Amino acid sequence: MAERLLDVTGLTTTFRTGKKTSVTAVNNVTFSLDRGEILGLVGESGCGKSVTSLSIMGLFEDTAGKVASGSIVFDGEDLTKLTTKQMRSIRGKRISMIFQNPMSSLNSCMRVEAQLIEAIRLHNDVSKSEARQRASKMLSAVGIPDPEQTLRSYPHQLSGGMSQRVMIAMALCCEPEMMIADEPTTALDVTIQAQILELMKDIRSRNNTSILLITHDLGVVAEMCSRALVMYAGRIVEEASVEELFASPIHPYTVGLIASVPKLGSGVTSLPSIPGSVPDLSAMPQGCKFAPRCKYAQAVCRQTEPELAPVPGGNGRKCRCHLFGKEEGKEAQA
Amino acid sequence: MSEETAKVLDQEPLYADAEALPTAQNRVKAFIKKFSKRKAALVSLVFLVALIVVAVISPYIVPYDPAAPDYSHMLEGPTAQHILGTDEFGRDVLSRVMVGARLSLFCALSAVVVGTFLGTVLGLLAGYYGGILESLIMRGSDVLFAFPDILLAIAIVAIIGPGTVNVIIAVAVFTVPSFARIMRSATIQVKGSLYVEVARSLGCPDRRILWTHIFPGTIQSMIVNFTMRIGTAILAAASLSFLGYGADVTVPEWGSMLSTARNYMTTAPHLVYVPGVLIFLTVLAFNLLGDGLRDTLDPKLK
Amino acid sequence: MLRYAVKRILSAIPLLLVISLLIFMFIHLIPGDPARIIAGKEATSYEIENVREQLGLNEPLLKQYGIYMAGLLTLDLGNSIRNGATVFDTIAPRFVPTIQLTLLAMLWATLLGTLLGIMAAVRRGKTLDYVSMIIAISGISAPSFWLGLMLIQLFCVKLGWLPVSGLTTWKSYILPSFTMGCGVMAIIARFTRSSMLENLKEDYIRTARAKGLGEFFVILRHAYKNSLIQVVTVTGLQIGGLLTGSVMAETVFSINGLGRLLVDSIGFRDYKVVQALLLFFSLEYIVINLIVDLLYGVLDPKVRYD
Repeated sequence: MAERLLDVTGLTTTFRTGKKTSVTAVNNVTFSLDRGEILGLVGESGCGKSVTSLSIMGLFEDTAGKVASGSIVFDGEDLTKLTTKQMRSIRGKRISMIFQNPMSSLNSCMRVEAQLIEAIRLHNDVSKSEARQRASKMLSAVGIPDPEQTLRSYPHQLSGGMSQRVMIAMALCCEPEMMIADEPTTALDVTIQAQILELMKDIRSRNNTSILLITHDLGVVAEMCSRALVMYAGRIVEEASVEELFASPIHPYTVGLIASVPKLGSGVTSLPSIPGSVPDLSAMPQGCKFAPRCKYAQAVCRQTEPELAPVPGGNGRKCRCHLFGKEEGKEAQA
Repeated sequence: MSEETAKVLDQEPLYADAEALPTAQNRVKAFIKKFSKRKAALVSLVFLVALIVVAVISPYIVPYDPAAPDYSHMLEGPTAQHILGTDEFGRDVLSRVMVGARLSLFCALSAVVVGTFLGTVLGLLAGYYGGILESLIMRGSDVLFAFPDILLAIAIVAIIGPGTVNVIIAVAVFTVPSFARIMRSATIQVKGSLYVEVARSLGCPDRRILWTHIFPGTIQSMIVNFTMRIGTAILAAASLSFLGYGADVTVPEWGSMLSTARNYMTTAPHLVYVPGVLIFLTVLAFNLLGDGLRDTLDPKLK
Repeated sequence: MLRYAVKRILSAIPLLLVISLLIFMFIHLIPGDPARIIAGKEATSYEIENVREQLGLNEPLLKQYGIYMAGLLTLDLGNSIRNGATVFDTIAPRFVPTIQLTLLAMLWATLLGTLLGIMAAVRRGKTLDYVSMIIAISGISAPSFWLGLMLIQLFCVKLGWLPVSGLTTWKSYILPSFTMGCGVMAIIARFTRSSMLENLKEDYIRTARAKGLGEFFVILRHAYKNSLIQVVTVTGLQIGGLLTGSVMAETVFSINGLGRLLVDSIGFRDYKVVQALLLFFSLEYIVINLIVDLLYGVLDPKVRYD
């Protein structure tokens, strides 16, 4: 049995939109992450997956967002109860993060070495030259062929793939127990994508680092994760092992997502897509949030919101749908 | 695979309601709604409209003849008869600043109008035709830019001599380059847009493309710059008058009133306060209005 | 970097030439007979002829330009009409106070403007933001000469703390440099704020925070460093505003600097001196802009390694 590292329970994050109004971006999200596990968090843009990661990191300085309720227990400690200072000593040291746009995520005015050394010395009591040596080692560890040259470079002199490697090196330089990767390959070329994903897998097996992988790309999930969460409109709608998720998706939204991924040799000329779009956070439909776009929606779906309930016979599998297990749901898989 | 998924997933939210469609009328409505939220800009607008009205009708509503001396009431502070006091000849300060508003505003406005017109035409030509014409115009405005603001005006007045018309010319000249630059870059931007390409491919003559297609696309940044520039122009004109290059000192004008008031600073400080505060508030109002317009019309402009 | 620097310096030369030509043309741009205007309305024909002789207006234009350019290179700019001293000797002693005041004004305006701008950006939408921006927009809107008069009224006439005019003690520098720097301070504050707001939204700020870096360093080491590139440009351009400010402040505070000399010389139609001063001011402006451009190259790695 793997050791539990992170337990998110009932996480609800809101953003203030006016003096008295606010919207809920993440609603009652519960999940857990084991040591050494790669967990996928899947959903369309705006579904709350990035906000979930920012909630864990407590990175709301410049926004009107805050964790309204719920707990985020990391290695026995509730992160929502920590002071700013305590939180800062966890950020970058025990939980680190990499982002979607590696080029803009590095400070264009600072050399790579300055940014890496800053990250190292922030959490380790080492001299500048020691930090630099460590930075150089980190860069070779993430597969950068000429670390010395890269250290002296400015971000604009690096390619996208290189920048993401530097970002990963920066995220790993304090040997964190957990890494949050928010769309780490979306901005990269396909061949580079594969390399970066391989690197992350490598890191996981070398250091037993847990990775929370946030993506809209089901292919990446299939490639990387053992388990995945599907989010829609700030809620988890389905949780399953990756095998089960792809073999027999239950929630109509998951079904739609998987159906919209093209398969080689399937002979299909047009891809099915999910009609409509994600509901506006400030104007959420009553009942199931997916009901307006769901072709199986019935009266009950539009009135009451279903619970995230365990699927009978599923190995820890959960789904948020009134109709799961019914005939209509099955048909869609065919 | 991921590209297709991304396409499906990144669908733009649909705005079904027709009111969101940008028709001209709705745009004006949206502008008024957004603008009315900017309290400072709104207050400034009201103040400026009031000021302009007062300036226009001032000859009919002044309590005293602004030029009539009254040697029994010289350099008096505010009293019941003279709310803002009297100057060194016993002339009513209130009447003088009211009439003075005409000249001060007229000077600044006409200078900016002339400068805007020239700058706009030059900028449009430079941006649209490019080539030698563009380098000529833009290098010319670089040269004008190399003389800092008022220094250029001072230099011009030094050449052509003092006087109201000359101050207007001087202020207009230093307004030209800023407009030429803004218009040029705006024109280059609009020129690349599809509707101008279409117009050109339909055989539309240059002049028509410039005025009916390109010019309207640049009008927002123009309005903002115009408003801001009036503030600068009032300051410049007042500075020139203060230095003694402006209108005849007997004519009431805010800058020249300050210039003479300087000599009575210890005995009659109200002579310094009144026109100074008026210049300050007027320029402030134009700047706040410009800020408000910029934020509502053209958020990209800095 | 070196190539960039050389390119910038070379590109300033044609501008300099055009400006010196314009300033040479200056006298010839005066409508009508310049000698008659310079000599004054009541001048006799003998006096007018004398002025013409003095200004070398009888020579062919090309020769005049040759003499002028040769004079520029040897710093021999002719003689002042007012007192017959050489233009160089007239200007030289006025140089120091203007430069002192300009530097002082620059210093406090940059420091305070930057501080206000950063504070306003960090506390966006809060009281501190509003207060800073009210100060800034007031600073832009207040006529500097009026501000000077009000300061004299308060600190010299009412309170008697500071001297009214001249530059004798350190105290006498306070008001003029404050008057000169106000507008520049305001512009720097506004610009720093908007630039900081933009930079604080950038991805690398989130990265810095995700590292566990404290807010203070996030703002100074990351956001401000990027803003600095933009702020330096604006600050440089504003030095032109300071030169103008020196004209107004020196007039208000009766300081014998270059600005006041310019005003006086125009009054006396001392065109040789006016010519030299205009040349000096625009030269100073161009040189400062050049320095700013070079500084820009130092600060922005993208330019430096282009």
